[in-house]
Amino acid sequence: MPILELKNVSKIYGSLKALNDINLSVNAGDWLSIMGPSGSGKTTMINIIGCMDTPSTGNVILDGVDISKESQSNLTRIRRDKIGLIFQQFHLINYLTAVENVMLAQYYHSMPDEQEALEALEKVGLKERAYHLPSQLSGGEQQRVCIARALINSPQILLGDEPTGNLDEENEKVVVDIFRRLHSEGVTIIIVTHDPEVGDVAQRKIILEHGRVIQDIDQRATFGEALKLKGA
Amino acid sequence: MANNNKRKMYLRLITRSLIRRASRLITAVLAIAIGATILSGLVTIYYDIPEQLGREFRSYGANLIIMPSGENGINENDINRVKNLIGREKIVGFAPYRYQTIKINEQPFLLAGTDLEQVKNNSPFWYIEGDWQNVMIGREVAEVLNLNLGDDFKIQGVKFGGQAEASNQNYSAEENKTRDFGSQYFSEKLNVKGIITTGGAEEGFIFADMKILNDLIEDNFKADVIECSIIANASELENLTQQISKAMPNLEPRAVRRLTQSQDIVLGKLEALVLLVTVIVLIITMISVYTTMTAMVAERKKEIALKKALGAENRLVMSELLGEGILLGFVGGALGVFLGYEFALRVSLNVFGRGINFQWALIPVTIIVFIAITVIASIMPVRKVMEIHPAIILKGE
Ligand SMILES: Nc1ncnc2c1ncn2[C@@H]1O[C@H](COP(=O)(O)OP(=O)(O)OP(=O)(O)O)[C@@H](O)[C@H]1O
Ligand SMILES: [Mg+2]
Repeated sequence: MPILELKNVSKIYGSLKALNDINLSVNAGDWLSIMGPSGSGKTTMINIIGCMDTPSTGNVILDGVDISKESQSNLTRIRRDKIGLIFQQFHLINYLTAVENVMLAQYYHSMPDEQEALEALEKVGLKERAYHLPSQLSGGEQQRVCIARALINSPQILLGDEPTGNLDEENEKVVVDIFRRLHSEGVTIIIVTHDPEVGDVAQRKIILEHGRVIQDIDQRATFGEALKLKGA
Repeated sequence: MANNNKRKMYLRLITRSLIRRASRLITAVLAIAIGATILSGLVTIYYDIPEQLGREFRSYGANLIIMPSGENGINENDINRVKNLIGREKIVGFAPYRYQTIKINEQPFLLAGTDLEQVKNNSPFWYIEGDWQNVMIGREVAEVLNLNLGDDFKIQGVKFGGQAEASNQNYSAEENKTRDFGSQYFSEKLNVKGIITTGGAEEGFIFADMKILNDLIEDNFKADVIECSIIANASELENLTQQISKAMPNLEPRAVRRLTQSQDIVLGKLEALVLLVTVIVLIITMISVYTTMTAMVAERKKEIALKKALGAENRLVMSELLGEGILLGFVGGALGVFLGYEFALRVSLNVFGRGINFQWALIPVTIIVFIAITVIASIMPVRKVMEIHPAIILKGE
């Protein structure tokens, strides 16, 4: 049973169809890359899947619930429970330490728990830096905090819009390695990327153009080969 | 336990935000603190003004005149009762007068027996050449008799109970001379210690201690009139006169309206001014808090969008911003109370030449007022949170 289904989804801005009749089905535990040129509708799609926007027409079924007509406040609740978000610009709150940034997601979801937040940071290799402010962390470290924050409430889908876009190759590898591990733990991952190597590590890759899916590529044969860490 | 954790995180969030963004908030705290300083300072002065000015006004002369309602004068017993009725702590000056016609060089004058110390309390503005002590004469008397400081002069008069013939001008000088030596008459040499210039009726009098007068005329204490200077406003004084005339029908108290009313008018105007300034200060503070909060919400748009993307409800994000506002109001208000006291103290020392009472109640009142102001001024900016869409964080700059 798919965890996510898009049925004839379109998003229309005036005369522009940012998404044009998209049909997509993602199974639980899948790792999907979304690629395509600038302006092809990738972010628009992530916004709709991430319950931050609603389609103009069509249906989005997330975990068996049609979210395409939900109210803002319901979308907020669903997003809180089911979606973990990571961003190109990390978006950590600059006056909170790494662990506090993670706790913030717990706070809005249910209950802050510093111990649990520290464990999440340990999983992304940042235990030592837990009490540093974002300004004291490197880009790669900030993105790992962002991942720890996205995962702290055990979401069903991890959504990322260019999560490695601001990282050098070394940090990119570290982050991809984390995705790999999450995938092995059964987390559903949907990542928008411009980087072909990052796109290639996924099980499946779709390519958007002018709001349409022009290619849907099964990569299970080569899955997991790219961007291996040295010694891994 | 669970809710406790949540509350702790809330406090952690807003305090971190304020502390780690301190440099950006200095202007906001300053705006609130300045408002709170002016407000608490003004209110402190406002509460002190009536008393301060009341005392100030007390140097413009007596504001209560008490006369006997019948032929009999006011005795010492009456005086004690009146003082108790007024309340001794409110009395600035209390001078009983006894008037006696006397003659100097065969010319009639009025000798006022009184308590010179209390006269000074009543009328500190009198201009005195020489010293303020027994015996002082009015400038007019000095001119008529050509008396200077240190000169002696001789007064003559009738003792108490004697015939008022002493003032009868029909007797010849010869006759008067013989009468002067009779047991009904007195004669005494006095020395001019001070010459009084007031521009008023006082210049025609001779002032001496009541005791000297009583000894000369051989009578007990008895006052024809009492002049009092009392710390009170017009209505308090009116109440007091009614109270006295009710309790002591043998007395006829009268408030000096001209003085008390002008005192009340000045006070009323000052208080209106203080109120006006207070309201203006509150409005200005509100506007500056409003501007600051609007800027803060705009500046932290991304942060707010992120919080919403993480699943925060509008209510929660707004309560965080309001919480920060409340903390700002608290810090600014608390700072302002103490600066305001400094400010009031300085004003009071400069204008009235005395310290000021610190109103402890001002601490909570000012803090609460400024928290309320920040909350009210923050409501509109903070409501903007609802319009901020979480999707904007996925948009590049
Ligand atoms: N709020 C909006 N109003 C109008 N047009 C919009 C809006 N959001 C996106 N668009 C348009 O929709 C199209 C798809 O935008 P989208 O952000 O999804 O592109 P993208 O594939 O993420 O591009 P990029 O790789 O540059 O991030 C673009 O042409 C964009 O201009
Ligand atoms: Mg995009």
